[in-house]
Amino acid sequence: MNALQTIARLESPDDFYEALIEAHGGLTDAQSEMLNARLILLLANHIGDMQVLREALAAAREGLDDPAAP
Amino acid sequence: MNHRLATLPYRKAPELDRRPAPRYRAVVVGAGPVGLCMAIDLACHGIECVLIDEDDRTSEGSRAICFAKRTLEILDRLGTGQRTVDKGVVWNLGKVFLRDRLLYQFDLLPESGHKRPAFINLQQYHLEQFLVERLAGTPVDVRWRSRVTGVTVHEGGVSVTVGTPDGVYALECDWLLACDGARSPIRTTLGLEAKSQVFRDRFLIADVKMQASFPTERWFWFDPPFHPGQSVLLHRQADDLWRIDFQLGWDADPEKERQPQRVLPRIRAMLGEDTPFSLEWVSVYTFRCQRMDRFRHGRVFFLGDAAHQVSPFGARGANSGIQDADNLAWKLALVMQGKAPESLLDTYERERMAAADENVLNSTRSTDFITPKSRTSRLFRDAALQLAGRHAFARGLVNSGRLSLPHTYRDSPLSTPDRDSFAGRMRPGAPCADAPLRAGDAQAWLLDQLGGAFGGMYYAGAQAPDPGLLARLQGLSRLPLPVRPLLLCATGCAGPWRALGASVFEDVEGLYAGRYDAAPGTLYLVRPDQHVAARWRHLELRAVREALARATGQQLEAQTA
Repeated sequence: MNALQTIARLESPDDFYEALIEAHGGLTDAQSEMLNARLILLLANHIGDMQVLREALAAAREGLDDPAAP
Repeated sequence: MNHRLATLPYRKAPELDRRPAPRYRAVVVGAGPVGLCMAIDLACHGIECVLIDEDDRTSEGSRAICFAKRTLEILDRLGTGQRTVDKGVVWNLGKVFLRDRLLYQFDLLPESGHKRPAFINLQQYHLEQFLVERLAGTPVDVRWRSRVTGVTVHEGGVSVTVGTPDGVYALECDWLLACDGARSPIRTTLGLEAKSQVFRDRFLIADVKMQASFPTERWFWFDPPFHPGQSVLLHRQADDLWRIDFQLGWDADPEKERQPQRVLPRIRAMLGEDTPFSLEWVSVYTFRCQRMDRFRHGRVFFLGDAAHQVSPFGARGANSGIQDADNLAWKLALVMQGKAPESLLDTYERERMAAADENVLNSTRSTDFITPKSRTSRLFRDAALQLAGRHAFARGLVNSGRLSLPHTYRDSPLSTPDRDSFAGRMRPGAPCADAPLRAGDAQAWLLDQLGGAFGGMYYAGAQAPDPGLLARLQGLSRLPLPVRPLLLCATGCAGPWRALGASVFEDVEGLYAGRYDAAPGTLYLVRPDQHVAARWRHLELRAVREALARATGQQLEAQTA
């Protein structure tokens, strides 16, 4: 069974981060939200593994239900 | 404006003339699609019943307009399948629009080799009319304009108080079948409840008569220019009648919205100013999902919307209700005839509750897509729609209603777990798939041959005929509960079997062998509702006898015998 990979996998994290921020350049907040939503759907389909996606959803949610957490 | 069919004949009940009141075996309450099917199905199994309805007409407006393949197959068994399909509209192409452009279209590409299409569109009143006419050929005692005003359940039976234009009388029966709809008065009378979830949205549905140039397709719009911010569905029905569903939103005023001066401009905006049309029926509704915790309360059974209600997306209301009747009728008949223990009846609830949960899940998912409950939910919905135009993967996320498929009774105690190895979907508990057959020069369909009794389907492939095997196969019909043998062989192999005097069907397109993963020697035991009870690679009468006992709720008796 595949598991969510959380070890560093990007060859150049700085390149990705810059590209992510640049993709949002000049967009309103509403447009940015839409870009994020589209991006999530595209990447989810690319991953194509429900087990990995469930783990990613849980990892992203972690701590958000606890108001004291950062 | 209301389209309703002929008034049905009310007659004064014999009980009102103080004749000695007979005791009835079963009383069915509610002559909608579910109650009508239940009464006819019981009659097909040789059980007489009383059917009661407070009205004396078929339903108002188109209501449940989509009838799925499994429903049509059940109607075939009940004798109204052909009329229903002849009158109905078959469509395969669906189109999804976002604002003013076509996002994508889909072809249902129906699998060939089935007698019936994936589904048809037909006004509910036509379906009911055909069933009402079918009643005429049965001993069902139909009582129109009869309202149930009281129900008392006691150990040995049920007392029902019935109000009619000529007065009130009491009916005594062994079993009461409540098919009295989502607001089930019987449920209320007995103080039972159905836990519900209300969806905060309103829909306007309109039956519109027009000679339109729209093709016979299902069109679904998200946020169209003629109805901004909401969704619209257009469906063709019989008699040049079109059904249009407008999403209105939670804030809409239902009384105001159903007024013609509000409805007509909406339709004109959609069809264009120059399209002549007339409005036949209009309704505004809010929908809910609800399900009772138990479908059986002693001698009272709840079926259809009375037991479980789903949102309309995906055509799961009438379709699942008719399958409830299909599931219960043969069980009740066997118990009444003393051929099965009463515990068999508990499996109705077990099997159909799982089906109801599956339907609630699917229709709730569709509803969440069409009526997003939060800003984020709407964001993802819109993102999926925007991607769907260019990327095929996103079309799978667009959910404007999923095709209603019959439930497979996966963990049913009536099924015998596989001992032999099989591939494919025809596992125990699954509804039998149809297949084209041939007997001599005559074409035939598998499900028509199965009918409504226990069936034993034996596949001989290209094997040479075997008199010993034939004798054992015919022995199936002499079991304590007769199993109707059905002998199938490969194309061109029927002759030698016929020379032995056997009735045999050829698997003309090889679809039976494919769909049932059948090899020479494979035997399927099929329930009267055409669900698989058991299957083996070889015919062994002892195994069939045990599976039959299990399928009729006698598994405990069989183990101790």
